[in-house]
Amino acid sequence: MIRFVARHSIAVAVALMFTAPFVFVLLTAFMTSDQALTSRLWPDSWHPENFVEIFTALPMFDYLVNTVVYAGLATLFMLLSSVPAAYALAKLRWRGSNAVFVVVICMMMLPPQVVTVPLYLMWANAGLTGTLWPLILPMLAGDAFGIFLLRQFLLTIPDEYLDAARIDGCGEWRVLARVVLPMARPGIAATAIFQFFYAWNDFYGPLLYTSEEQSNWTLSLALSQFKHLHHVEWNLVMAATVVVMAPVIVVFFLAQKAFVRGVTLTGVKG
Amino acid sequence: MVSTLDVPAPPRVRPPRRRDPRRWRYRLTVLSFLAPALVGIAVFLVYPLLAAVYFSFTRFDLLTTPVWVGLRNYVYLFSQDSAAWTSAANTLWLVVFLVPARMLMALLTAMLLTHVRRGAGLFRTIFYLPALAPPVAATIAFVFLFNPATGPVNGFLGLLGIDGPLWFDSPGWAKPSLVLLGVWAVGDLMVIFLAALLDVPKPLYEAASIDGANAWQRFRFVTLPALSPVLLFAAVTGVIQTLQYFTQAAVAASVASGTATTGGGVSSTFGYPEESTLTYPLHLYRTGFRYYDMGYANALAVVLFVVAFAVTLVLLRRFRTFAGGR
Repeated sequence: MIRFVARHSIAVAVALMFTAPFVFVLLTAFMTSDQALTSRLWPDSWHPENFVEIFTALPMFDYLVNTVVYAGLATLFMLLSSVPAAYALAKLRWRGSNAVFVVVICMMMLPPQVVTVPLYLMWANAGLTGTLWPLILPMLAGDAFGIFLLRQFLLTIPDEYLDAARIDGCGEWRVLARVVLPMARPGIAATAIFQFFYAWNDFYGPLLYTSEEQSNWTLSLALSQFKHLHHVEWNLVMAATVVVMAPVIVVFFLAQKAFVRGVTLTGVKG
Repeated sequence: MVSTLDVPAPPRVRPPRRRDPRRWRYRLTVLSFLAPALVGIAVFLVYPLLAAVYFSFTRFDLLTTPVWVGLRNYVYLFSQDSAAWTSAANTLWLVVFLVPARMLMALLTAMLLTHVRRGAGLFRTIFYLPALAPPVAATIAFVFLFNPATGPVNGFLGLLGIDGPLWFDSPGWAKPSLVLLGVWAVGDLMVIFLAALLDVPKPLYEAASIDGANAWQRFRFVTLPALSPVLLFAAVTGVIQTLQYFTQAAVAASVASGTATTGGGVSSTFGYPEESTLTYPLHLYRTGFRYYDMGYANALAVVLFVVAFAVTLVLLRRFRTFAGGR
């Protein structure tokens, strides 16, 4: 009994530590800018209009649209190109599949900064720097992390189902479409959510390609510049922070199960 | 998930034999699945790697064509560029402290979760949530919370009679502050450890208890060995992630400094305060996109590649363990 209480009080204490930053951010978002600079934690008066102000004083809505377009297209393109590649790596036998998988892992592990300059020059030659296309278009050519994660999911589907379809005369593309896709739906959903969050949170990519072109900024990039655009009004900075965090957390609660399973699979085998 | 239908085991599809025309059709099928990824590997991995190596022996900015300078960039990197050494030391510092701190916290919280009976799901969600916070948003929140003058953290420490440090504004405390941020957002690692902990067979613990093992011995001789592949995986990926540590350091510096000049962009505050948060990737970025010294930036990139690749090799040697083999 003492153990039970001790363990649960520790858990509650840790939970408070993990949630406290969210609570402070949320409370500050409702304060006046003067109070945000004091050490009083509870808003003296509530100012939900802060959330309106960040959308009117700045083109936050445009940044939101840019972010949704970037994250949405990147996710769609990633799935179109990576699901077949993952299928070939998980369910087809061919010489060199291990070698290709090793290359995929290396690509996943490669620090993006290593190839930044050559890729930037490539996109500059194509006239696409200043836009988000250099971050979206490569997703049509497969994403290493997406391929890796999808492959891990597909490995958990028993071959017997595929073989049954093959005996019925299905070609590999039909096996993928008719048998594997329906069974892999949770895995595909988890991978899609990962990709969407990655793009939503991405700072390095938008900074690299769009920092000179403010109309193409994403929310994360705009948020990093918010203090400079808006002086030191912490209450508004925190309101903007809430706006950037909220959708991610809402999506997480809607798709928690698939998501946690996905995180687990990024670790070791399923 | 085994099919219960009582049919003879279907033959596995095998690549048809050599010279068989079906072999070529099969190859074409495989290729049709892989074509986009192979293009991606060629255009976004092989080409830029080769280009980076070539450019690292040249000198140019965005507007000029590369001029061959031989090893001069590398000589400069290793003998004269003090910022390269500062940034490498900062990155190494983070590898040494951030990675173990995150692993320790992930292990502790995961073990706590395995012992919680009531509300385990709720606690797991709460512990996990910070990992979801977009890094830019989380960093800004932390700079605000740890604001030396007005932030609640120092306010709380003041109540305890402790004079809180300057956190993100102090060259000595800026990196430890970033470690706290990383430890807070430890949920992704925690979920991986938790899954591994739940995979440890229960009878092992019971047998150990019967043999008179105390809690520490059960941890040391049952839990740790069972977890070692996951721990290795976490350590290696942690090191690789830390080698690319960029966003949190850039944003913390930008927000904490507060007085960025317009026009300089984010990179004008990199390293604040006093280059203490200038990580190696930030130095690389600044070299290329603030000073437009593209040739030298590629020399920095090649060195980063060599280090990251060496670490990746450790992972590849355990390829079977973590890839689930076939």
